[in-house]
Amino acid sequence: MNNFEYVRAEGLDGAARFVAGHHGAKFIGGGTNLVDLMKYNVEKPTALVDLNRLAMRSVTELPYGGLRLGALVTNSEVAYHPVVSAKYPLLSRAILAGASAQLRNKATTGGNLLQRTRCVYFYDTAVPCNKREPGTGCPAKEGINRSMAILGTSVSCIATHPSDMCVALAALGATVQVAGTQGSRSIPFAEFHRLPGDQPQVDTTLAVDEIVTSVDLPAAGFAGHSAYIKVRDRQSYAFALVSVAAGFELADGIITKAGIALGGVAHKPWRNAELERSLLIGKPANRDTYHAFQLALLAGAQGYGENDFKLKIAPVTVVRAMEQAAHEGEQA
Amino acid sequence: MNTHLIGTDVNRIDGPAKVSGAAKYAAEFFAPDLLYAVAVSGAIAHGEIDTIDTAEAMKVPGAVEVFTHKNRPHVSWFNKSYLDEDAPVDGKPLRPLYDAKIFFSSQPIALCVAETFEAARYMSRLVQVTYTSLTHQTDMKIAVQEAKKVTSSNRDGIEAPPKPRGNSARAYADAPVKIAKGYLSPTEIHNPMELFATTVIYNDDHTLTIYDKTQSVTNSQMYVCNIFGLSKNDVRVESPFVGGAFGSALRPQYQLFLATLAAKALKRSVRLTLTRDQMFTLGHRPETLQEIRLGANQDGQLLALHNESMQATSRYENYFEVIANWSGLSYLCENATMEEKTVSMDTSTPGDMRAPGAAQGVWAIETAMDELAVATGSDPVDLRLRNYADKDQNHGKKYSSKELKACYTQGAARFRWNERVATPRSERRGTALVGRGMAGGVWESPQMPAAAKATLAADGTLTVASGTADIGTGTYTMMAILAGEALGLPLGRVVVKLGDTELPVAPLEGGSWTVASVGSAVSKACKAVAERVFTLAAGINESPLKHASFQDVDFLNERIVLRDDPSKFVTLQSALEQGEGKPIEEKADSGPNMFKQHGYKSYTHSAVFVEVEVDEDFGTVSVCRVVSAIAGGRIINHEAAQSQIIGGIVWGIGMALQEQAETDHQFGRIMNHNFAEYHVPVNADVHDIDVIFVKEEDDIVNPIGAKGLGEIGLVGVAAAIGNAIYNATGVRVRELPITLDKLI
Ligand SMILES: Cc1cc2nc3c(=O)[nH]c(=O)nc-3n(C[C@H](O)[C@H](O)[C@H](O)COP(=O)(O)OP(=O)(O)OC[C@H]3O[C@@H](n4cnc5c(N)ncnc54)[C@H](O)[C@@H]3O)c2cc1C
Ligand code: SF4
Repeated sequence: MNNFEYVRAEGLDGAARFVAGHHGAKFIGGGTNLVDLMKYNVEKPTALVDLNRLAMRSVTELPYGGLRLGALVTNSEVAYHPVVSAKYPLLSRAILAGASAQLRNKATTGGNLLQRTRCVYFYDTAVPCNKREPGTGCPAKEGINRSMAILGTSVSCIATHPSDMCVALAALGATVQVAGTQGSRSIPFAEFHRLPGDQPQVDTTLAVDEIVTSVDLPAAGFAGHSAYIKVRDRQSYAFALVSVAAGFELADGIITKAGIALGGVAHKPWRNAELERSLLIGKPANRDTYHAFQLALLAGAQGYGENDFKLKIAPVTVVRAMEQAAHEGEQA
Repeated sequence: MNTHLIGTDVNRIDGPAKVSGAAKYAAEFFAPDLLYAVAVSGAIAHGEIDTIDTAEAMKVPGAVEVFTHKNRPHVSWFNKSYLDEDAPVDGKPLRPLYDAKIFFSSQPIALCVAETFEAARYMSRLVQVTYTSLTHQTDMKIAVQEAKKVTSSNRDGIEAPPKPRGNSARAYADAPVKIAKGYLSPTEIHNPMELFATTVIYNDDHTLTIYDKTQSVTNSQMYVCNIFGLSKNDVRVESPFVGGAFGSALRPQYQLFLATLAAKALKRSVRLTLTRDQMFTLGHRPETLQEIRLGANQDGQLLALHNESMQATSRYENYFEVIANWSGLSYLCENATMEEKTVSMDTSTPGDMRAPGAAQGVWAIETAMDELAVATGSDPVDLRLRNYADKDQNHGKKYSSKELKACYTQGAARFRWNERVATPRSERRGTALVGRGMAGGVWESPQMPAAAKATLAADGTLTVASGTADIGTGTYTMMAILAGEALGLPLGRVVVKLGDTELPVAPLEGGSWTVASVGSAVSKACKAVAERVFTLAAGINESPLKHASFQDVDFLNERIVLRDDPSKFVTLQSALEQGEGKPIEEKADSGPNMFKQHGYKSYTHSAVFVEVEVDEDFGTVSVCRVVSAIAGGRIINHEAAQSQIIGGIVWGIGMALQEQAETDHQFGRIMNHNFAEYHVPVNADVHDIDVIFVKEEDDIVNPIGAKGLGEIGLVGVAAAIGNAIYNATGVRVRELPITLDKLI
């Protein structure tokens, strides 16, 4: 770990301005990812701006029926929040499928969005990695890539975004509220994370000086029909190899609203709203529908050796999550 | 023997100290002049350091020194000075900072020393190194082409394969049923919870007191003395508590060398703690490839057995473990050939890891036996009974005891083995296929020479001491039980000392021999004390024991009691008063009784039964039920014994399903060097575990009749899980770990 300056943010404006004016400064939330990366010498911030005193720690119901999760609300607080459990059970399940109780108690909503990939090369400064040091190469492509992406990869990077929570947020169609030196704006969840392309070092569309202030959930939360399935190497404390968040609104067995997102397969939670509109809405909630959808959603998926098995697992996981969501509440 | 403690459930006597933080580990000792050190690890797998620039590091406020091969003080250059008790005698042990040569990725190449830990760590980031790389090989699948045959032992107790018996090639060719398969097991890393650490206290008289994480203070002391040219009087090594080791601390690790080097050079106390990543650069369970051929008749009776085992080792030491021999040991087979080969690669030297060699060797043969059961339509338990051996097949010697049949019977009954359907994919629970499998396990139960001291103070407090280690296994408690038993004292009156070179010498704490060896020495010393106490008791005026001899009395509840008439006794207190308040001290050496043990071999045995659920779509495995029946001689502390076995079973779950060091062969480097990526079971992976100790009496194995239990719990578990997975899915996986991708 290197020496760095520590600053406690007293207001959003000041914090954003500080980071804009200090090359290499970073925000810190729960620190469960950033501090690890600092110990590994992967992140070398010159200054840490501690957001924890800012007023972003509450969960508030929004006038149109949605829910605002302050950026500092911990993953545990979100998962066990009564409104979340009741209206957005998909989000609770996804969060509780991730990390460990200790980590969830510390991890924040904002930090979870911005956690970095778990690619083993990214974590080890003795080896090259385009995401860590652009232009050095991507050894994962021909090396250890069991947990790497099968969709939306690029020549320069095949890393995944590791979050479980974000997969549910993508399926729910959340909105990320941010504030920076240029003012505040809302970013639709699908546009928050990006694909690696030729800039794998950039994970999101957030500007360096922008702070995530909250994540807003829409009014409809798939309360009646949702499922989160996480396929992993051990029953807890393991990142997803493939995960699927599925949510439906159904009327007489017909799908009227759907949100299906995958984790562990791409640089961002993988969702295709266009395909949902064309292949799910108005269709009967049955295996044929799920199967046709899965084929289209995963078209173009590509393995890199160790992760070829994801090509087999992803389709069944999508179908099973959709089935589980549709049948939620029914007697087995 | 009339026992009040042996075989009962005794909580660890060191438990309160451990949970309250009073127990101090190597990195927790302090001195006012203490310096902090951080080791720098190299980035390449093979080659030389060209330049190493420490100027920036030395500018850090608080920096004291950066040691490298360029500026290190004089140390012995003889390879043999670096040998330790567990080292292969024909190798060239790692000599850290000796020269510019790099033998494996993450080899230590510099040591940063500073007034604070933070400064030392910062310095370690600023050391600039350039290398010249040479080609390396870390891929065993390629390196096997240059496998070298093992012909003789190069470590104590590690045997080369026995001479082939019969003619296995011909018998195999003629056998009506044949199994010929290759079995692969990966590199595993010990990873005890406690990081390797050494605190060297530099005393005013220039002597060193070294707190080291070790399984043998004697070994650490010898190592330091030989390398730095010190006498034993100048170096005291202490290791009162060890936070897990599993064999990784049998050999002195490089933090001991580096911390001592720095302390001597700087004439100050120094502490060095390795990082979790650096824990992946020490010894490890070697990768193995075993080519097994079994020939049998239609009933599954073995006619031929062949195991050609290849195991990874380093380039600088020809370390090897006993792997193939386990195949030929336990089943009757007249034609058997076992071969052992080493495959040198550019890695650190492997090291003994819990049940070294047997973990892999028994996994392979017990999987092959399951394949034979399938091929011959036999029940796996029946098949093993059909091939049951009453003699150690490799040495042709009798067993001192072997209650394995009782393990099969009692284990099968508890597990309800009769409910198993032999045909794979016969049972479902929801989306999961259910399967059941079993395997046998075996491990040695040797006794080593050990010494112990027992001192009974005038107030009736008994202190027992031996320079052994308690690596979390319960040595403190075991010693207290045996001592309390011998003198009829409650545990509260017994004080145990261990982990100190000032105490009587004990063997390395490993190999499941501590109870047998140290326990026997403790018992012997305590018995000698008891005899003196008896003499005092009998010498009291009008003593009710006046006409008794030592054989006629029991020591119970702080009394010396006449066995045939318990109303006649002398209290311990009165006996001690008779001794006029002088402490009674006895030292005992104990070792194998060659006369008694001649012609016998001793082992612990197990039968492990497992039920799994395998998700049909995802291939995820849940080990829902394990029953392990153990024949382990006399059980000293039932609670600790059970904990050992449960821990071993959890290790077996990890071995079967999760553990694997992932090496990038382009860089020759283990990449998953942390607990997020190197998986071991979490609580959620561990379900029903049931342990049975079958009755096993053995007065040959050692004087106390106990066999070690540190390793046997693990042996056989991975095979039983794999066999259960086969029963569930019909898929036979011959490459560990059985991750979900191998089942879909
Ligand atoms: C061993 C381990 C296992 C794990 N397993 C899982 C798992 O299975 N599933 C899963 O989903 N997660 C898992 N996690 C990851 C965990 O969820 C993240 O570490 C956590 O969510 C990060 O939140 P934080 O508040 O601690 O972020 P920090 O570490 O504080 O920050 C992370 C990043 O976000 C930035 N940041 C933080 N807050 C803000 C903000 N408000 N605005 C702008 N930038 C901000 C920081 O600058 C930093 O770059 C695991 C972590 C570990 C260590
Ligand atoms: S996949 Fe991305 S993060 Fe991993 S090595 Fe390649 S560039 Fe780096």
